[in-house]
Amino acid sequence: MIALSRRVVRRARFVLDTLISLTVLCFSLSVTAKDAEALTVTEVAPGVFVHQGQHAAWAEDQHHDVANLGFVVGQRCVAVIDTGGSPAVGRALRASVAAHTPLPVCYVINTHVHPDHVLGNSAFIPPAGGSSTRPAFVGHSKLTAALTARGPAYLTALERDLGVARSADLIVYPDETVESRVELDLGGRVLELRAWPTAHTDNDLSVLDVESGTFFAGDLVFMTHLPVIDGRLLGWLGVMDQLVVQPIQRLVPGHGTVTHDVAAALAPQWHYLTALRDGVRAALTKGQTIGQTVDGLPAPHHQGWLLVDEFHRRNVTAAFAELEWED
Amino acid sequence: MWQVMRNFAMFGALTLGFAVSGALAQGNSSAVNPDDPDASPVWQQLRNSLFQQRPIKAGDKVELLLDAPSRAEDAAIVPIAISTRFEQTPERHVRKLWLVIDNNPSPVGAVFTFTPSSGKADIETRVRVDAYTHVRAIAELNTGELLMSTRFVKASGGCSAPPGKDPAAAMATLGKMRFRVDGEVRANQPVLAQLMISHPNNSGLVMDQLTRHYTPAHFVRKIEVSYAGKPILTAEVDFSISENPNFRFYFVPTGEGELKAEVVDTNELRFDTAVKVQPAG
Repeated sequence: MIALSRRVVRRARFVLDTLISLTVLCFSLSVTAKDAEALTVTEVAPGVFVHQGQHAAWAEDQHHDVANLGFVVGQRCVAVIDTGGSPAVGRALRASVAAHTPLPVCYVINTHVHPDHVLGNSAFIPPAGGSSTRPAFVGHSKLTAALTARGPAYLTALERDLGVARSADLIVYPDETVESRVELDLGGRVLELRAWPTAHTDNDLSVLDVESGTFFAGDLVFMTHLPVIDGRLLGWLGVMDQLVVQPIQRLVPGHGTVTHDVAAALAPQWHYLTALRDGVRAALTKGQTIGQTVDGLPAPHHQGWLLVDEFHRRNVTAAFAELEWED
Repeated sequence: MWQVMRNFAMFGALTLGFAVSGALAQGNSSAVNPDDPDASPVWQQLRNSLFQQRPIKAGDKVELLLDAPSRAEDAAIVPIAISTRFEQTPERHVRKLWLVIDNNPSPVGAVFTFTPSSGKADIETRVRVDAYTHVRAIAELNTGELLMSTRFVKASGGCSAPPGKDPAAAMATLGKMRFRVDGEVRANQPVLAQLMISHPNNSGLVMDQLTRHYTPAHFVRKIEVSYAGKPILTAEVDFSISENPNFRFYFVPTGEGELKAEVVDTNELRFDTAVKVQPAG
């Protein structure tokens, strides 16, 4: 055995420890980098970040990043607004938040129940035993019931399309719910949350960043992507009447580009939904069946909408089932 | 556990007796051959139970026609139209009509019983379709003959779909009904009528993730329609019928009278509605 002086041994151990630490660090960095490339976001106003999703049907051909997501940075903490259509999108959003601010996420707000907006939620729950605190999940007072009813179908679709193993943990319920209006303070920065009567769904929630006048409409507003009726057509038109008079400087739709011109943003959707309402009412007056109406009402091709073939006929079906009960 | 078992037992008794296990239905989905309706094991089992070895004249679009979309827009609201294209006479008429959806948890979605006052043994309604499946209309004539018309429908998740877009609003109008009589009403001619029933028609197959209990089944199970006191149509139905059950059917008014519908659901709630009909001529 070679006798080594203490100094040499200490030095060798130091070098060895450093080497091991560096290896571990590199390994963990590479895992993190591979695991969650940060989602691209645009800073639409100081401290307000938005990621625009693709225009595609969720859970078809492995499309999961198909809705607009965002986050707002206060002095104390961050609020995330919608988390994407899969745990991977959620992780990428979380990485994006971390890349822009060291502050913790204190709120994860879901604008409504649809899978492209909520399935990234689980990515924001820190691992047990870690140092980060769990954010509060916030939603409309009817979000819990909606998630309960739809969760199993979402998990099935996620497994079928993306191979994500089914787990109840992927459905994250709100800790705090909004019946009417709630204010959240991110530290010198107030968000106004508002729960709406049944429109796009029966659990639509909007978020207004008071400081910048940025209004996250969730799927109350669709641009480019054809609106999808999963609540009440007439209720949605009623809510749109109220949206035009809100103090909005900048509108973030659930799908489509961020815009300053609220009236211009709402016009195509208004046009589509009222045409649908009037067309279905006319069909009902004539005594047409649901099948005849779905086949007979023209689809809005060449009007600037995408995904018409995926969603229009379904909208006609939904509108018919709703309006046939009108007095 | 007891709660779950009790729900399943009640569910079994209340359906039309042919609940197929989820595993069987799943397995059959892969065995489903769109071009060969007879190849469905579920159908073979059902056929033996309902009709034993009696011959069934299948695929004849002249006498009996089932219309359904090949691809459903919404699996929870799939429009179905059954028309019998021969004149209903006292000598030869349809007495009973089965609506079967092979790969639904409860394949026999409806059984309609007609009377001479029906005029035409035609029915239109909307159903839930849970998996890609053959949908069948089987007519039994007074002569004992059996006719069948089949369509293959691509849809999935209709039965496990969430219970409606606005459950709160649905419960508020539970049991509200509406009759609609279309076209000119002439005595001794078949008249088209539509019955609409506001009801969630819950399947009982949706599990509440928080409580781990099944949201109880609550659906319309029987509808009796009469005109001027005489029965026209009886329908025994279950949760394969969409939320807000909706039926179009015919009746033959002989004179002035009241068209009446009486509905019972699985909670033994009873609803009824009526409309006065005055035939011209």
